[in-house]
Amino acid sequence: MKKSASLIIVLTCTAILSGLILAFLNNVTKPLIEAHAAEVLKNAVSDVLPGIESYDVENKDGVDFFMGKDVNGTVLNVAFQAIGNGFQSKLKILVGMDLEMKNILSIKVLEQMETPGLGTKIETDPGDKENPGWFYKQFSGLQISSKAISYVKNEPVKDENKAKAQIVAITGATISSKAVVDIINDAIEKNRKIFLKQG
Amino acid sequence: MAKNKTSIIKEFTKGLWKENPVLIMLLGLCPTLAVTSSAINGLSMGLAVIFTLFMSSTIISLTRKIIPKEVRIPVFIIVIATFVTITDKSMAAFVPALHKSLGAFIPLIVVNCVILGRQEAFASKNNVGRSMIDALGMGVGFTLTLTVLGSIREILGTGMLFGAQVMPDAFAPWLVMILPPGAFITLGLMIGTVNWINAKKG
Repeated sequence: MKKSASLIIVLTCTAILSGLILAFLNNVTKPLIEAHAAEVLKNAVSDVLPGIESYDVENKDGVDFFMGKDVNGTVLNVAFQAIGNGFQSKLKILVGMDLEMKNILSIKVLEQMETPGLGTKIETDPGDKENPGWFYKQFSGLQISSKAISYVKNEPVKDENKAKAQIVAITGATISSKAVVDIINDAIEKNRKIFLKQG
Repeated sequence: MAKNKTSIIKEFTKGLWKENPVLIMLLGLCPTLAVTSSAINGLSMGLAVIFTLFMSSTIISLTRKIIPKEVRIPVFIIVIATFVTITDKSMAAFVPALHKSLGAFIPLIVVNCVILGRQEAFASKNNVGRSMIDALGMGVGFTLTLTVLGSIREILGTGMLFGAQVMPDAFAPWLVMILPPGAFITLGLMIGTVNWINAKKG
């Protein structure tokens, strides 16, 4: 009886102490972590929406739309997050579009843990020193009013692809490339309905 | 006095070679294989482990007389988990870029058997000073191994070291080295080399 009492006391005290320390630490670090996440998102929104001065977040049907505004407060364009599964990780992509949702202005990969050296090229390609972001930059200016984005393999990147809503997949990472295309297509289709209905 | 001094040095250096946690004892292989796609990842993982191991060993050694042996494992795990969470949260708050690249592997330090192994085998049986030296030695041994492993993989897999170009432009990177098979191949060769050297020494 005495033995088991000491077991309980020691374990309880350890757990309480640990809980206290972690609760204190959480109070200190939480605002920093949140501020950092907000900062990252803010930079990303400014990256995908060219020419904006500030932005507002509007929630429609559970989807957050980032409304880009110029100096006078006129709404110029809109961005939203597209989330889905890549080859081996969850992909989170920020998509910037015009207000009619007919043209993609720019996209940015926020989160990915794809295969190093292959799938990670959706974010940066260290092999292409002049233009490491060549893959995601292909999405800028795609005209998608009538069709969804498609991809081709083993072709050089061409300017006329913009009007055809076509991008060139990464060699050796077709699945990651396809995932990016699918995730963006799905998100646009879904968000276009929500956004244009009320807009 | 002199004898005591040599044995303290031995206590430290045994973790570097003779009882190296990764290459000899083959402990903590999961993070070893998973995070070492670059030298900086290996080094930062090692530093996180040194901190956790050192703090846990200190606490466990200090409290070794009041922890009943029936509950020692849960107590070890709570102590280790507390320090790992401290590391995880602090990294997320102060070095977010590094935290992003080490990703899911920081919380997994909790179940890294190097740490639990040292508590069970050493810190719970020795005084604070020795436990601290032992933890530092093991931690440094772990860190060196991971950094070397990460360096080899980064040089051959991307032609870079700590993010700076070291190989000539003509060098074509061996992509496999930064993929999981590269980790197994490199670690296997390192363990083989260490065993070969030890066997030769007799």
